[in-house]
Amino acid sequence: MHNISRRYFLGSTAAAGAALVGGLGRLPEAEAAIADLTPGVPEGVGSYATMATLPGKKPLIQLADRPPNYEAPIEYLRTPITPNDQFYVRYHLSDTPEVDAKTYKISVGGDGANGQAEITLDDLKKMPAVEVAAVNQCSGNRRGLSQPHVQGVEWGYGAMGCARWKGARLKDILDKVGLKKEVIEVAFNGADGPAVPATPDFIKSIPTWKAVEDTTIVAYEMNGQPLPHLHGFPARIIVPGWTGTYWMKHIVEINALTKPQGGFWMNPAYRIPVGKFPLRDRFITQENATSTPITEIVVNSLITSHRTGDKVKAGKVTVSGMAWDGGYGIRSVEVSTDGGKTWGSATLGQDIGRFAFRPRSFDFSTKKGKNSVTVNATNKLGQSQTTELIFNPAGYHNNVMQSITLTA
Amino acid sequence: MRTIVIAFAAVLLAGTAFADEQVIKLKQAPGVDKVEANCQACHSLSYIPMNSVFLTAAGWDATVNKMINALKAPIDDADAKIIKEYLAKNYGS
Repeated sequence: MHNISRRYFLGSTAAAGAALVGGLGRLPEAEAAIADLTPGVPEGVGSYATMATLPGKKPLIQLADRPPNYEAPIEYLRTPITPNDQFYVRYHLSDTPEVDAKTYKISVGGDGANGQAEITLDDLKKMPAVEVAAVNQCSGNRRGLSQPHVQGVEWGYGAMGCARWKGARLKDILDKVGLKKEVIEVAFNGADGPAVPATPDFIKSIPTWKAVEDTTIVAYEMNGQPLPHLHGFPARIIVPGWTGTYWMKHIVEINALTKPQGGFWMNPAYRIPVGKFPLRDRFITQENATSTPITEIVVNSLITSHRTGDKVKAGKVTVSGMAWDGGYGIRSVEVSTDGGKTWGSATLGQDIGRFAFRPRSFDFSTKKGKNSVTVNATNKLGQSQTTELIFNPAGYHNNVMQSITLTA
Repeated sequence: MRTIVIAFAAVLLAGTAFADEQVIKLKQAPGVDKVEANCQACHSLSYIPMNSVFLTAAGWDATVNKMINALKAPIDDADAKIIKEYLAKNYGS
């Protein structure tokens, strides 16, 4: 274990808590455990963020409580499957009602459908079930590391996790209503909503070709358990390979469309500049001359065994972590302990599917003093991480090779 | 009215039953009352220190304008001006 209790529960906790509370009131004791923030996030995050515990959760880094945005410390990302109680939480809007499974229905239709259907949770469970292990990564994961910083939720490394999602194929659901030839997109709406009615509801769409892939599902289980409320109970959309923005929680509406979905959350939100990233998946019906929706996750990796600055014994050290990408699969992970002059291959662990975290580890001998470790993952398309940030205004797709320093 | 009620409720809740309730003490400076009364109608105040210190005055203007124009926050022009000035002065670069 990695000094987790000391880091979380000692230090300047009491002083920080007192300073935060000021004249407003009493903070329950032992609550404001300090969070181990990712180095490089805006300094303001450190002025208030603590560990906090949501119902059914272990303590997470509380960036904001309303709407809830909580990230996982790297200790929670040491296994290829992230347990439900360690999984990050992300909402856009503040009204996050608990949905009653008994009265729950998904309305399926749209102008691109031949008919209309209502699907209950029981109906979903009676359909052929598919289980897929897939990384859910927030589009804005690592936004806080952007240089220059950009406005938004200032995530460090932990706005991601990998789970086994079980549910019915979206394709099978769409088959119940039948699609017209002219369908270009499939749109999703969830039960969560804004605090004030005028705020645009969170509605997202994906291209039809992605909607009908065998691995795009409406999931009701996460790691063998009913989907927890904070992860979209009773059911949510799973779009393996694509960033979390499309994985609509508390899904209540699925609409096949013959025209592009509009609204704030499709444009200007969740967009990247055209041509800046080496992506294969395109969302052509939403593309314009300058911007296009974010699509698949870029190849990436994270050291989860150590933090930069950690002290280690001189001698053999095993540095381990996870590698992942948009579903092509990880081919190799290279590690350099001399600042990038020479590279060795990490050992890859169990492959539980092309959309999942791939564990990898690397042994090396530390010398007295400072030892740098740099990691670069390559996927089966031959795409690798970048040496420098590809800056974009929303801070997406940061897959700069991580480099840490260990002191022996 | 709604914003005032919610802001008041948030203060009452601070430090009580909810283990995850966030208590954010903004810098006490002119305009903080308008920030508290308007911004936390839709979101907790943590988003302010979270986005500091790096936004310029123009960056905070754009952020407040996004809240009003794109996300339809019901903030009147006079309050918006005060909020922008407060954010730029206390949480701006």
